[in-house]
Amino acid sequence: MTKLHCIFMQGVKKPFREVIDVAWGDAQGAGIKPLTFVRQVLAACLYPQLLDSNRLPTDVKQKARGLLSECHGGSMGSYTDLPGIPQVAREISEYIARRDGGDPPKTGNIFISPGSQWALQNILNLLVHGHGEVRSGVLTPIPCHVTTIESLHSLGGVSVPYYLSEEHGWELQMEELNRALEYAKQVCAPVALYVVNPGNPPGHVQSKKSIQDVIRFALEKRLFLLVDEVYQDCVYADNVEFVSYKKVLAEMGPPFSDTVELASFHSASKGFLGEAGLRGGYVELVNMDPDVIKYACTIFSKDTAPTPGQIALSVLANPPRLGDPSYPLYEMETQQMQTMIKANVRRVHEVLDSLPGISCQPVEGGAFAFPRVDLPPKALQKAKEMGMEPDTFYCLRLLEESGAFITPGCEYGQKEGTYHIRYTLLNDIMLMEVCAINHILINCRHF
Amino acid sequence: LANRVEKMSENGISRPKVLTLDTMNPTVKMVEYAVRGPIVQRAVELEKELSEGIEKPFTEVIKANIGDAQAMGQQPITFFRQVLALCSYPELLNLDNTFPEDAKNRARLILQSCGGSSLGAYSPSQGIDYVRQDVANYIERRDGGVPCDPDNIYLTTGASDGITTILKLLVCGQGIDRTGVMISIPQYPLYSAALAELGAVQINYFLNEDNCWSMDIQELQRAVNEARQHCHPRALCIINPGNPTGQVQSRDCIEDVIRFAAKERLFLMADEVYQDNVYAEGCKFHSFKKVLFEMGPEYSETVELASFHSTSKCYMGECGFRGGYMEVINMDDDVKSQLTKLVSVRLCSPVPGQALMDLVVNPPQPGEPSYNCFIKERTATLSALAEKAKLTEKILNTVPGIRCNPVQGAMYSFPCITIPDKAIKEALEKGQQPDMFYCMTMLEETGICLVPGSGFGQKRINEGFVVMTILPPIDKLTILLNKVKEFHQRFTKQYS
Repeated sequence: MTKLHCIFMQGVKKPFREVIDVAWGDAQGAGIKPLTFVRQVLAACLYPQLLDSNRLPTDVKQKARGLLSECHGGSMGSYTDLPGIPQVAREISEYIARRDGGDPPKTGNIFISPGSQWALQNILNLLVHGHGEVRSGVLTPIPCHVTTIESLHSLGGVSVPYYLSEEHGWELQMEELNRALEYAKQVCAPVALYVVNPGNPPGHVQSKKSIQDVIRFALEKRLFLLVDEVYQDCVYADNVEFVSYKKVLAEMGPPFSDTVELASFHSASKGFLGEAGLRGGYVELVNMDPDVIKYACTIFSKDTAPTPGQIALSVLANPPRLGDPSYPLYEMETQQMQTMIKANVRRVHEVLDSLPGISCQPVEGGAFAFPRVDLPPKALQKAKEMGMEPDTFYCLRLLEESGAFITPGCEYGQKEGTYHIRYTLLNDIMLMEVCAINHILINCRHF
Repeated sequence: LANRVEKMSENGISRPKVLTLDTMNPTVKMVEYAVRGPIVQRAVELEKELSEGIEKPFTEVIKANIGDAQAMGQQPITFFRQVLALCSYPELLNLDNTFPEDAKNRARLILQSCGGSSLGAYSPSQGIDYVRQDVANYIERRDGGVPCDPDNIYLTTGASDGITTILKLLVCGQGIDRTGVMISIPQYPLYSAALAELGAVQINYFLNEDNCWSMDIQELQRAVNEARQHCHPRALCIINPGNPTGQVQSRDCIEDVIRFAAKERLFLMADEVYQDNVYAEGCKFHSFKKVLFEMGPEYSETVELASFHSTSKCYMGECGFRGGYMEVINMDDDVKSQLTKLVSVRLCSPVPGQALMDLVVNPPQPGEPSYNCFIKERTATLSALAEKAKLTEKILNTVPGIRCNPVQGAMYSFPCITIPDKAIKEALEKGQQPDMFYCMTMLEETGICLVPGSGFGQKRINEGFVVMTILPPIDKLTILLNKVKEFHQRFTKQYS
């Protein structure tokens, strides 16, 4: 998947038995168990004979029966119409209303897709003129996970970076957004602003004020807002809260609330569900031109979300509630995960803050730690000789020494002359220790 | 414009939207996806009205337009669903009698091949290695030993995802050098939609109705010669067995097409999702890859080919899982790297679909506990389809003004209907193609939803084509066909 992985697969010398993959935001890939309720519902939908047995709790059966009754032919094997299995679309709408207050959005403004990135690419497809003299541009954060950028490029769009401010906890700064936009106007026709909140890889959570500033900016500069909120359930810092762009937009009232065009993305791949392999995501469209929505329907109807992914979304949007038979287990499993990740976050800060040459901004949310690594001149030199970025070189050495697989900051973008590494928070604490110990060893031994 | 003015006076500010039809990506405007187009939208509306208790001349809407077998009552293969359920909720592996041992073993093997032993983990972008290996083994067995490299296999989100991805790689150039892609008419609207979205030039080649919709090399030659005047033809798409025409290409024909592609330097795209759906006597599925390799190194080492398969059709009918694969042959190494990069933008294809594909290419074997049940279900489904194919041809050909070619394979009949002049006139007055008008009228009067042939590229004067699936259960299909017959006679009389 990354250059580092390729280098590794080519047969680097290995003093360890297996790779400890701390690289990806893949909870279940890292060994975290899926939520029981999701999998029980999924199994019952896949093999409805289970509904006749007494193996499954009643609320599981009820949910499965409800979902199947709205599938064509009563089967998960059928195609689904836009926006998806009607119950799922309704549940997502009600979820949004509970989260943000206000009326439930029309299901016609919600599009379910095989993962949020697929939905994002569909929306980009509507926005981006990829040929001709002037190509469309989208402002994208630095650092940023690479998928969105590649998606944009594959449509012929231009990505114009705006730097998040590391010294200020990776916050988004309006001055920098303005600078980026002015630059963008010289190289493309800027049409949209892409924001990730909570962030990836930096784990900052945007404040309400910051969101208001961005919304004002979008209105003033006439930019379509693309807001990636897939980590909205992953907030760890005590005094920090996730608030959705939609909610802030609505609270700001006119002219913002009825003018600013917003697409917000969510997914079953992250958070408590972690069902990345099931490919369930959605986009909610706010204030989109109704004529354009008709075309959005055509684009989205070509690739509806797989039914297992839709089932995952159903649980995301409408999980077991207090009083339901499955609630105690659901609550316990989600609490366990929350506790583990919070402990990981604490440990990450403890460990990293004590290591020389590493500093990490507070991880408020998301799935990763993104510490900065100060590499000594010898390391920079060695990396240059090998034709590698210095942080790639660092990650390779870590991999060779310990089997710990992390990814270098150069793959996400960073300020010139700075180096970072990205660890996932989703793993066992022990792995953090392994990485920490090896970091010290590498530093002492090589640099 | 009126809305905008209204808004201006409301807010006192003029604020046209950032994204309007004028500012939208222009290629999107070209996209029309007939299979889910206006007639289907009307069908959904009618369903809603029926559920609200509004009276209609029919009691249900029958969507006989889309190849969705299970929506029409086809049962899934028990073994597949058992394994998938076990993979989803592995605690079920501990239950004694609910599941057969072979289903449990397969589930364990599949889970072992997944990250974190879970269907919920991302898989590598190209697909789970273990599954790709099984796909390669299947292809080798199917093609009589022609070798298949798992590295050439990509697991995709249904076949359409693979097709769109390959088309993305092929489309380039400006003006007269712009990529042209040859597609068969009648065609499956996915292709024209994808080409429109990519801004590629669509090159139509007509299938020969008089010869049961076979491909005609002379016609291919005509199409490509004409196309070279305004674009750069780079690819040739074939659907075999065909959609909507159902034709199963003969081996000779496939050889001719391969020679043609080699001569004209065209990338071959073989959509083979209906490869198990072959009904007519004397017809057999020949994979493009097999024929290519049997033609010797002059072709097998040079002709670039991508072939596509899916879990949605055949005897599985598992459309909802979005499982599929493509095999790429003789692709340039650098392009292959780009392909691998392109599929990574999708992260990975749905893992349950990958698991399902594994079962499809590696089903229960004789001697295994689930074999008897599996083979019984598979045979029943395929023979029911064969029976329905014959029945459809038979009944439709008894209707004056309808003629229907034999349905050799796939899942659709594609009858030709004679539309009276008066009806054509009324259609044009309404701004509709005559066959759209015919289908809309049929929908309003009978609740039967068919797709008009104009969505498929055919354009005739007093003849239209309609697409009708053969998927409803046989007794329902019989009723349906007779309703179509009655409607056609009524319609003809009304507009005579």
